[in-house]
Amino acid sequence: MKKYLSILMVAAMLIGTTACSSGTNASSQTPSSQAGSSEAASSAASSSEAGVTGSCTISGSSALYPLVKNALDAFKQTNPDASVTLNAGGSGTGLKQSADGTVDIGMSDVFADEKLTEDQAKTLVDHKVCVITMAPIVNADVAEKVTSLTTQQLIDIFTAKTKNWKEVGGPDEPITLVTRPSTSGTRSLFKSYALNGAEEASNKSLETDDSGTLLQTVSQHKGAIGYVALSYLIQPNENIKTMAIDGVEPTLENTYAGKYKVWGYEHMYTKGDAAGVAKALIDYMQSDEYGKIMEGLGYNVASKMTVERQDPGPKK
Amino acid sequence: MAKKETVWRGLIAACGLFLILLTVSIGVFLCYKGLGTFTLYKHSVWEFLFSSNWNPADDFQGGGQVGAAIFIVGSVSICLLALLIATPFSLAAAIFMAVISPRVSNRLLQPAVEIFVGIPSVVYGWVGLTVLVPLIQKIFNLQYGYSVLAGGIVLAVMIFPTITSVSADSIRNIPLQYQEAAYGLGSTRWQVIRRVLVPAARPGILTGVILGLARAFGEALAVAMVIGKMKAFPTGILSPTNNLTAAIASDMGGAADGGEYNIALWTMALLLLVISFAFILIVRKISSKGVRER
Repeated sequence: MKKYLSILMVAAMLIGTTACSSGTNASSQTPSSQAGSSEAASSAASSSEAGVTGSCTISGSSALYPLVKNALDAFKQTNPDASVTLNAGGSGTGLKQSADGTVDIGMSDVFADEKLTEDQAKTLVDHKVCVITMAPIVNADVAEKVTSLTTQQLIDIFTAKTKNWKEVGGPDEPITLVTRPSTSGTRSLFKSYALNGAEEASNKSLETDDSGTLLQTVSQHKGAIGYVALSYLIQPNENIKTMAIDGVEPTLENTYAGKYKVWGYEHMYTKGDAAGVAKALIDYMQSDEYGKIMEGLGYNVASKMTVERQDPGPKK
Repeated sequence: MAKKETVWRGLIAACGLFLILLTVSIGVFLCYKGLGTFTLYKHSVWEFLFSSNWNPADDFQGGGQVGAAIFIVGSVSICLLALLIATPFSLAAAIFMAVISPRVSNRLLQPAVEIFVGIPSVVYGWVGLTVLVPLIQKIFNLQYGYSVLAGGIVLAVMIFPTITSVSADSIRNIPLQYQEAAYGLGSTRWQVIRRVLVPAARPGILTGVILGLARAFGEALAVAMVIGKMKAFPTGILSPTNNLTAAIASDMGGAADGGEYNIALWTMALLLLVISFAFILIVRKISSKGVRER
């Protein structure tokens, strides 16, 4: 008899879990079905304490992940009834999942049509939540002698034509290249705007999975050079120094002014127009109020840019 | 009573069938995804296996290069080095546990080996990264310590318990008469171990080695942390390289789903499955041979 009871209980649990999961599905669909009322709900969220209800799932770019995570802390306080699930996983995953409708927001470092088919990209709406500035970083021992590189020197270093720091006026040390995987958004930005499209010498460089590991690797190895977003450099680290390109320091101000060239948009894509919690969150991230916090975290506010960039379209 | 029996039998049979279905469907899924490199993007198997030009296009037009030879050579060389380091130690430990001092081994060595198995691979990788990599850099006075050697040592530590416990079991399973007969003929203990026990346990030891190799081949995290992931053939045991599992792990999130890059990664996953399948076949062949000899 006891055995039957335990089977029954297991069965009940199984039914319970399936019921729960279908429950969350239902709630994630409510925003779209209540599209009309969500307009009112989100404007309420940005102006008063009312807050939106419902749920929202986000996945994608690991470069944007820390910012959204930070924004969510404040967002959840004003919207206690909104439940948001946030995952990293890479820009490719985020774009694919938002096009599939598996997640409500897909975070990406690149424009959707660079990684999706034309038909998929058409269904997505782009929200540029911020601009990210990438800086070449070197181990502090190099920065004692070299603080700025020309674009040509940078290209020669990353294509492994220049192999020793003394060739560019630095100490007599071999150059250790530290890079990111070839599908990384950070890498493709750096390639396009710092290296003028030149392919990095993958067969001469150490590859690291994420910017945090890259930072650590550069700080631990003399003569190492790599690149990260400014958001990774807000914590002071005496073993790491940024490198100016053609005499222009990588700072938020220089990016705003259009003087510093290695930057890119961070996108949040929604399938169709954003609604419900997704819309409220994107509105909050684009608000002036959050813009101040954003700059403190090392990200540029998209609306303050004096220069603009167009979608380069699908890769050839 | 009879009814109860059918219910349980049905339940267990269903579980078994589900497991088989799961294995088969993973295989089918990997084939479906992985064969796209050859059918959809028109690359040759030859190019994939023997070319070292790895530059797949991250889009749907294709037209890149998908030579995975660097990753394959990287995987193989790191695993062979790991076996080279681990096998002598494991064999010695197995003989010690099974023959020389069963009592000490039951109390101390056996639990230690079992704990070894339970340590997550990220811990091995992390310890390797913080201790081994700087150490290798210092000892050999290198630019950096990421190397085949570091990967080999980390993997050797990871597969050591597998080889040891399988080998020890197979030595313990040798009928006692073998030993007694050998001692009766006046052999010393060393002669018994070398001439009787190890040869008789050879199929079991080989099984352990191959199971260890299979584990080493599939390990991603720990190795990825210490080999530097440089897309180049290793020039020696002190040079960095890349391997199949690390290459899949680092690019699977960023590559566009269904694009040439993504599909090429699936092909590498398929290759891993084929290799581990081959290992299992070899193990089965060896163990069936051992049974027949006896």
